[in-house]
Amino acid sequence: MRIVVPIKQVPETSAVKMDEATGTMIREGVEAIINPLDLYAIELAIQLRETYGGEVVTISMGPPKAALAVREAIAMGCDSAVLISDRAFAGSDTWATSYVLSAAIRQLAIESGNVDLIICGERATDGDTGQVGPGIASFLNLPVASYISKVDEIVNGSCHVHRLVEDGYEILQVQLPTVLTVVKEVADPRLPTLRGKQKAKKMDLSVWGAAQLTVEADKIGLNGSPTRVVKIFRPTVARNCEKFFALDEQAIHTAADGVVEYLRAKELI
Amino acid sequence: MEHKGIWILAEQSAGRVQRISHELLTRGRDLADKRQAELTAITFGHNINNEDLQELIERGADRVLAMEAPALEHFLVEPYASCMLYMITRYHPEIIIAGATSTGRTLMPYVAIKADAGLTADCTVLEIEEETGNLLQTRPAIGGNILATIKTPRHRPQMATVRPRSTRPAQRQAGRTGRVEHLEAPSEMLFSRIKRLGFVKSQDEHGLADADVVVSVGRGIKKGENLKIIKPLLEAMECALGASREVIDRGWLSYPHQVGLSGKTVNPKLYVAIGISGSIQHLAGMQTSENIIAINSDPDAQIFRVANIGIVGNLFDVVPVLAEKIRQARSC
Repeated sequence: MRIVVPIKQVPETSAVKMDEATGTMIREGVEAIINPLDLYAIELAIQLRETYGGEVVTISMGPPKAALAVREAIAMGCDSAVLISDRAFAGSDTWATSYVLSAAIRQLAIESGNVDLIICGERATDGDTGQVGPGIASFLNLPVASYISKVDEIVNGSCHVHRLVEDGYEILQVQLPTVLTVVKEVADPRLPTLRGKQKAKKMDLSVWGAAQLTVEADKIGLNGSPTRVVKIFRPTVARNCEKFFALDEQAIHTAADGVVEYLRAKELI
Repeated sequence: MEHKGIWILAEQSAGRVQRISHELLTRGRDLADKRQAELTAITFGHNINNEDLQELIERGADRVLAMEAPALEHFLVEPYASCMLYMITRYHPEIIIAGATSTGRTLMPYVAIKADAGLTADCTVLEIEEETGNLLQTRPAIGGNILATIKTPRHRPQMATVRPRSTRPAQRQAGRTGRVEHLEAPSEMLFSRIKRLGFVKSQDEHGLADADVVVSVGRGIKKGENLKIIKPLLEAMECALGASREVIDRGWLSYPHQVGLSGKTVNPKLYVAIGISGSIQHLAGMQTSENIIAINSDPDAQIFRVANIGIVGNLFDVVPVLAEKIRQARSC
């Protein structure tokens, strides 16, 4: 079983600060971490390797400092890693990112054998789109099973999975190779081990740029991206919280009346 | 090639058209009027209720394109994408919008890649740039900390997903006319490497993503068995039950109830946070709700920053009184 886990390095969300004057995000000094939702994908991949054998390769597209993220994935137990990094990739939207990552997965298959499974986190906590997992599948002409909460087993070249949808769980049989995107329920991420950390530190990290991949220049980076961000601004949180201090019996009734009045005014009851 | 017309993806389940489709008609009608273009609802399924298709017309569609086959009964990404791409190549729409549902968020990116189209996820505002016809798509990112406006200057179609419950369903106008066209699905497009073996329906009556009102509990509830204290409130409000991450991690409720960064993003008309302090991760999943009411014993809790109404007090004292008053208010 050969599994690829594409991950993304993101700013730690709770540390995001905004420049009030320009309305842009201040990235300096903000800690960069593995997208928290990718940890579930890494954990599932390692568990599947423990059950079925094989190897787990993690890849990440990003600036050189994203090397930290892939080394951390190695420390958790991934077997090898490739950093996909090139100035030519800068400014890629989800279309161009899916294109580059799919080209990297093709390259992995050429260099070291077929890929059976590609496991992605549901979405990244910064961009929040959830589009790259299905996008990779589309470029590779593979099926994609999204929002996977459980993998029952892999038999006869198919995996049996549970897919979390609005009103329950679909039980699906998916032919390999395939892309899965997973939700938190799928696994409980382990912490890096000391041995893993040492391995990650010593590892020679492969870095692939546009020259190492079969990609067309007009499909990567900002130029290859169909979408453009034209404005970034701060949401106006115009909520002046009306506070009731409900510390005794009478105040509780006053507060509850206040809520009922509000709900009536807003036609919510 | 000229791309013309506004499309919405109408979702069906068990042959019945879903509410999100009517919400999308509100968005679609607005865009179609601004572009002076035709509004088309496309749908895939098997034995779709004919009156439901007619209702799409009554709620604002000028045309319905329905593709039906046994293989399209349930959402499967490959046949749905093949059929949608077939329609796109045949009719060249300018804009396609779908719900940011488990279906829309899987199908749209899969199709956008192959259609060479720009796609923007989870939009809350859609406008038209008049001179160019570019769709201006505004969406929250970085856990709702910023809003970004995105456009697709050159590629067509322009595709976007829209959060469920972010628009009212379009009104039904009796006698409104339009045409329902049934398209045959070419058999080679029905191939799927995914097989649906079964479905386990969730126990809860009200799904989180689809609820007008969400009542969520946090660590302030102290013990799993204390959940019973909010039951009268849940019954009085006819709402879905959400929870903060702590409640899920302690096993008091199951994961599908989790609201926040690693759970669901909700934006109901009313969100009631009970005993939730309001970590940035939780706020990311609910701060775009239309109205927010918070109950917490700590007057400085972060949750009050995003609330319209805050009650500072002991939830075990406040919630029963509040539930009873709401019940009374609703019954009269």
